[in-house]
Amino acid sequence: MLGKTAGGLYWMFRFLERSENTARLIEAGFRIALTRSKDPEAEWKSVLTTAGVRVMYDQKYDGYTASDAIDFLLRDTDNPSSVMSSINNARQNARLVRTALTTEVWEAVNESWMAMKAVLKTPITETKLPAVLGEIRRHTALVRGAVHGTMLRNDIFDFTQLGIAIERADNTARIIDVKYYTLLPSASFVGSTLDNVQWETILRSVSAHRSFRWLNNDDISPMTIADFLIFDSRFPRSLSFCSRTLEDNLGYLAKDYGTRLPCHDLIDAQRQRLRSSTIETVFEEGLHQFITSFIRENNAIGLQIEQDYRFVG
Amino acid sequence: MNKDRQHFDEMLLGEDGVRTPYSEYQQWFSQEDPTRLSKKSKEAEAFFRRTGITFNVYGQAAAQERLIPFDLIPRIIANREWTKLSKGIEQRVRGVNAFLHDIYHRQEILRAGVVPVDLIAKNAAFLPQMIGVTPPGNVYTHIVGTDIVRTGEDDFFVLEDNARTPSGVSYMLENRETMLQMFPELFSQIKVQPVSDYPKNLRRSLAACAPAGCNGKPTVAILTPGIHNSAYFEHSFLADQMGVELVEGHDLRVIDGHITMRTTEGYQVIDVLYRRVDDDYLDPLNFRPDSMLGVPGIMDVYRAGNITIANAPGTGIADDKAIYSYMPDIIEFYTGEKAILKNVETFRCSEPDSLKYVLDNLADLVVKEVHGSGGYGMLVGPAASKKELAAFAAKLRKSPGNYIAQPTLSLSTVPIFTKKGLAPRHVDLRPFALVSPDGMNITPGGLTRVALKAGSLVVNSSQGGGTKDTWVLED
Repeated sequence: MLGKTAGGLYWMFRFLERSENTARLIEAGFRIALTRSKDPEAEWKSVLTTAGVRVMYDQKYDGYTASDAIDFLLRDTDNPSSVMSSINNARQNARLVRTALTTEVWEAVNESWMAMKAVLKTPITETKLPAVLGEIRRHTALVRGAVHGTMLRNDIFDFTQLGIAIERADNTARIIDVKYYTLLPSASFVGSTLDNVQWETILRSVSAHRSFRWLNNDDISPMTIADFLIFDSRFPRSLSFCSRTLEDNLGYLAKDYGTRLPCHDLIDAQRQRLRSSTIETVFEEGLHQFITSFIRENNAIGLQIEQDYRFVG
Repeated sequence: MNKDRQHFDEMLLGEDGVRTPYSEYQQWFSQEDPTRLSKKSKEAEAFFRRTGITFNVYGQAAAQERLIPFDLIPRIIANREWTKLSKGIEQRVRGVNAFLHDIYHRQEILRAGVVPVDLIAKNAAFLPQMIGVTPPGNVYTHIVGTDIVRTGEDDFFVLEDNARTPSGVSYMLENRETMLQMFPELFSQIKVQPVSDYPKNLRRSLAACAPAGCNGKPTVAILTPGIHNSAYFEHSFLADQMGVELVEGHDLRVIDGHITMRTTEGYQVIDVLYRRVDDDYLDPLNFRPDSMLGVPGIMDVYRAGNITIANAPGTGIADDKAIYSYMPDIIEFYTGEKAILKNVETFRCSEPDSLKYVLDNLADLVVKEVHGSGGYGMLVGPAASKKELAAFAAKLRKSPGNYIAQPTLSLSTVPIFTKKGLAPRHVDLRPFALVSPDGMNITPGGLTRVALKAGSLVVNSSQGGGTKDTWVLED
C-alpha cells in the first residue's frame, strides 16, 4: 500500500471520529447548559476548551453564548475541528484513498458529506439542534457499519482503526484533563449538586451516562468515574480500550509486514504503564500529571506511526 | 441558430419511422410510461452524485464539483457502421504511431516534403528531449481517444486525434453500468456489445508495454495531478478498476535508476506509469522547473529504458490542430493506404490566403486555437454576436498562426429525453483505442457527448454538455 494511502485512511477516520466527538460535546454542553447549570456561559467555555478550539473562538467572539458556541463547533469552517470541517476533511481524504475503500464505505462517507452540507448550510437554531445532532450520529454510524461489514481485515483496516483509536483516546483524555479538578478527592462533596452536574457532563460527553450506571450501580464518585474512563476496557472510549486497539492493530501490521518498528516499542511501553497502574496509584501520583503525560504519549505514538509507515515523503 | 437546416438524426426518420439500428429500442420505448422514465432519470442523477462521478470545473470556486448530465436515450450504432469506424480508427492510430516514431528519428516525412519543416521545428508540442528515444515496444500512443462526428448516413469525420491523455472513458463505463441497473430488461431483448472489459484490457495492454528489463509481472501505476484535477474521479476510478496504485508526484522518487513509489513497506519499483499529467509538468528537471506534479529525473529514467510512460512524452505533436490538416497525407505516407475516415476541411490561418478567407467568412466558420482543448477559446461563428466576431477577428489578425478554422458541420443529432418528449440534440463520439506490441484493441462504442442546449454544437462537459450510453449492436 502507498504510504500516502495509509495516511489518507488514518486521517479520514480520525476526522470522522472527531466529527462525532465534537457533536457529542455539543450535545452534552447543550443539555447541561439547558437543564442544570447556573452558569451556562462557563459550560460552553469548558466545552470549547475540551474541543481544543477556545483560542480560535476567542479571536472571533466576545462571550460564550450558546448560539455562538454551537455555530462555531458545528458549522464554522474556520474552525478545523468543527463538525463541518471534520466531515469535509474526512471526505477529502476518502477521495484520496478511494481505491482502498469498498463502494459501501465510500458511498456512506459521500452521503454523509452531502447530507451535512445541506443540513449545515444555515445556522442551526436550538429547536433544531437535537435533530441535527441525531443525524450526525446516524451518518457516522452508517460509515462505521459499512467499514465493519464490508472491509477486508488487512492493513487497510488496521490504519482506519489506528486513526480512530488515536483520536478517541485524545478526546477522552482531554475531557478528563479539562474536568480533572471536579474529579479530585479534595473537591468531592459526594452528593452535592455541583459535583453531580459536573460528573454528568463528563459521562454525557463520552455517551456513557447510562453504561456507567449499569456497571457501577450507585457507586458514583470521582474515583469510580476516573477509573471507568481510564481503565475500564469494557468501555469503548476508555483510554485502556483505545490503547489496546492500538496494540492489536499495530500488532497485525507487524505480523503482516514482518517488521517491528519504533511505534511498536512506544505502544508496548504505554500498555505496560497502564497495566501496572491502578486508579489509586494514579490519584497518588496526581491525576492531572497522569493525563497530561498520557496525551503526550498518545500524540507521540500517532507521529511515530506516521513516520514508520511513511505517510509523507 | 439555423433552425430550418435539416440535420441528420440518427434515430428518427420523421413521420414516426426510426432508422434500423433503433427499431428494437423504439419498440421498447413506445411501450414505456414517460413518468416512469422521468423517475428513472432522477434516479440516475442521484446514483451519480452518491457514487461521486463528478468533475471539477476550472475557474470556479475551489472544491466545486459538478455532475456531467446523463441522458437515458442510448446512442445506437449498427454493427456494419462500427466495423467501418473501427477499421478507420485502427488505420489512423497506426499512422499516428508511425508518424511519431519517424518525427523523433529520421524525419523522412519532412524530407519528403509531406509536412512542412517549420510546422514541427517551431511547434511547442514537439519535444526535442524525445529525439532518438524509442519507447519500450515502440508504442507512443498507448491510449487514443479519436473524436468523430457524423453528418449523414455514411459521412463520418475525424475532428481530433487526442493522442496525449484522452479522458472520458470512466463515463463510458459508468453510463453502461447505469443503463444496466435502470433497464436490465433492455439488455436481454437487445444484444449490445459489452464495454466492461476496458479496465482489464487497459491493464494488459499497458503491462505488455513494460520495459525489456522488467522481470516478472510488471507493476503498473496511474499518475494523477491530485484530487483537485478536473478528471480526478476518472483517475481513481481507473486505478480501482484496474487494481493498480494511484500515485502523485510526491509519492515517487528515482532510486537506482528506477522510478519507485513510497509504500508502507518501503520503496517499490514501477515499470509502467500511465500518467494523466501533461508533458510540461512531468519532470521539473527536464521541463517546467516549477512543476510540483511530476517526478524530478523521470525523463532520464525513461531515456535509460527503465520505465514506460503512457502515453509517451511528445505525442502532442500528432494531435496538434495545425498538424491535423495533414493527417490524411500522413496516413497515406506511412500505411500506403487512403485514409478510411475523412478529415474536416481545415483552413490554416498561418497561410495568408486561408486567413483572408477565414476573416471574410468568420460568421460561417468554427475557429479553434491550435493548442487549445476542452472547447475553451474557440469561436462558433454562426452562434456568435457581431461584437464577438469583431473581437475574434482582431485576435486572428494579431496571431494568425495560433488558429485554424473549419466549416460549421451539420452534426448529426440523437434525441434526448425531456419532459416534453424526445428532442434532437447534436452529438459527437469518442471511441477509445489501446495500443501495445500485441496489437490494437478498440472498445466497441465509446463516449457519446451531447450538447444539451437546443441547436448548440458545443458538446464539451466543461461547457454544459452531457453524455449518453453508446451501443454497438451485435451482428
